[in-house]
Amino acid sequence: MLNITNIMETIRMIQDENLDIRTITMGISLLDCCDSDIDKSCEKVYDKIVTRAANLVKTGEDIEKEYGIPIINKRISVTPIAMLVASNGGDPVKYAKTLQRAAETVGVNFIGGYSALVHKGFAPGDLSLIQSIPQALAETENVCSSVNIGSTKTGINMDAVRLMGSIIRQTSELTADRQCIGAAKLVVFCNAPEDNPFMAGAFHGAGEPDCVINVGVSGPGVVRAALAKSGNCNITEIADIIKKTAFKITRMGQLVGDEASRRLGVPFGIVDLSLAPTPAIGDSVAHILEEIGLERCGGYGTTATLAMLNDAVKKGGVMASSKVGGLSGAFIPVTEDAGMINAAKLGALTIEKLEAMTAVCSVGLDMIVIPGDTPQEIISAMIADEAAIGMVNWKTTAVRVIPAIGKKEGEELNFGGLLGKGPVMHVNRYSPAKFISRGGQIPAPLQSLKN
Amino acid sequence: MRAVLTVIGKDMVGILAKVSTACAQYQANIIDVNQTVMQDLFTMVMLIDISKLNCEFSDFQDKMTEMGKGMEMDIHCMHENIFNSMHTI
Repeated sequence: MLNITNIMETIRMIQDENLDIRTITMGISLLDCCDSDIDKSCEKVYDKIVTRAANLVKTGEDIEKEYGIPIINKRISVTPIAMLVASNGGDPVKYAKTLQRAAETVGVNFIGGYSALVHKGFAPGDLSLIQSIPQALAETENVCSSVNIGSTKTGINMDAVRLMGSIIRQTSELTADRQCIGAAKLVVFCNAPEDNPFMAGAFHGAGEPDCVINVGVSGPGVVRAALAKSGNCNITEIADIIKKTAFKITRMGQLVGDEASRRLGVPFGIVDLSLAPTPAIGDSVAHILEEIGLERCGGYGTTATLAMLNDAVKKGGVMASSKVGGLSGAFIPVTEDAGMINAAKLGALTIEKLEAMTAVCSVGLDMIVIPGDTPQEIISAMIADEAAIGMVNWKTTAVRVIPAIGKKEGEELNFGGLLGKGPVMHVNRYSPAKFISRGGQIPAPLQSLKN
Repeated sequence: MRAVLTVIGKDMVGILAKVSTACAQYQANIIDVNQTVMQDLFTMVMLIDISKLNCEFSDFQDKMTEMGKGMEMDIHCMHENIFNSMHTI
């Protein structure tokens, strides 16, 4: 029989330490929904999504009940919509509304893929989709958008970078009456993964199968609790504890992914080995770093502890799953992490420190609230800096900043739910306007020449 | 199919009797029982065979949780695979 201590450990992880499956995300290819008539294309999109994902939410709930493990979100990612827009040149917002309608029918809480991949230039459909993002996100609730503007193989498309600074501002402005929530659903990527199950950046890449199940696990609370019990051990031992904990968390993700895939009759894609925080107390990545021995997240030592954490999570997780992918690493979304919110309010955590942290962990400048009067070229330059870190280090980086329209440093935006809340952070206001106005392409770095 | 039933709470007379009676009522066959006192709490873990259950597994789970509330005990019933996958390679 199973060991009683192990059984109690699992139950404690779920009940007291916020262990959960963060998301089961069904990736659906919409490449067969192209049509020269956009209305026909939209109908095909709707029909395909509601057919493929008809049982997604119910299956998720059944697994949740049977195994006693909370599955917080059931979501859908689709082929970048710009590819569909290319087939007819119609108004992309029609697709956004179709995705919204499909999301409501099947009951998922987010649908990602209102996206364009423009790291080397704009193909038909890309520009019109990007320009429609502010309106699309303002007129829908559950649609998420992402744009890939750079990669290690191609360099950085600076025309897209310039454009995205303005798009992020417009998206915030159009939803200023709703805490600028539009910008919280828009991510700008460098090296975007094609099988990411997490929002807002999920889309179903062109190299993916027709339909696939990807799983994202969570568990910062479990890691922190394991460290709290460890006493006075050295960093090597700390890394080992994190590895073992990550293994257990990931095994659960693998089990749920296998089970969901079997019940839905859809191939299992990947487990994303990410430590994804929530604003709930006890579910914070910042608190793990503080448990390791920092007074506050954001102080010196933060980058080193985060690098160790991120690495240990991967080492533990990779053996626990047959297929690993997506973003896989620790997330540092400021407004979604109680410890980061607190550190940012105290001034311990700054955007500059966050930028350094993004070089050693999973994503990038994520869920950061910036002053409402931040000029668009500064936002573009933030994107360029983050993309450069991703490009040179052969990793995914992203920017999801929210200009808090009408608010200044020290005030707060509150999105509620998983998106959380956060203070408006200080932004360096020296102007990069001339650099951004040049446009063009930052050439691919030497790192790209691996062949 | 097998499930793990855990019972946690303040120790008192008749816990095992009540839980095993309920298992018999729903045709859940008890394969193994392990009990101990952890951090002043009575803790019992049962491995049960639920392949001949006379109701849906989810109903059985609800009934057991409800019975636990009546006894001021925390009762959970989960598929055994979750423990196997987490604690064995």
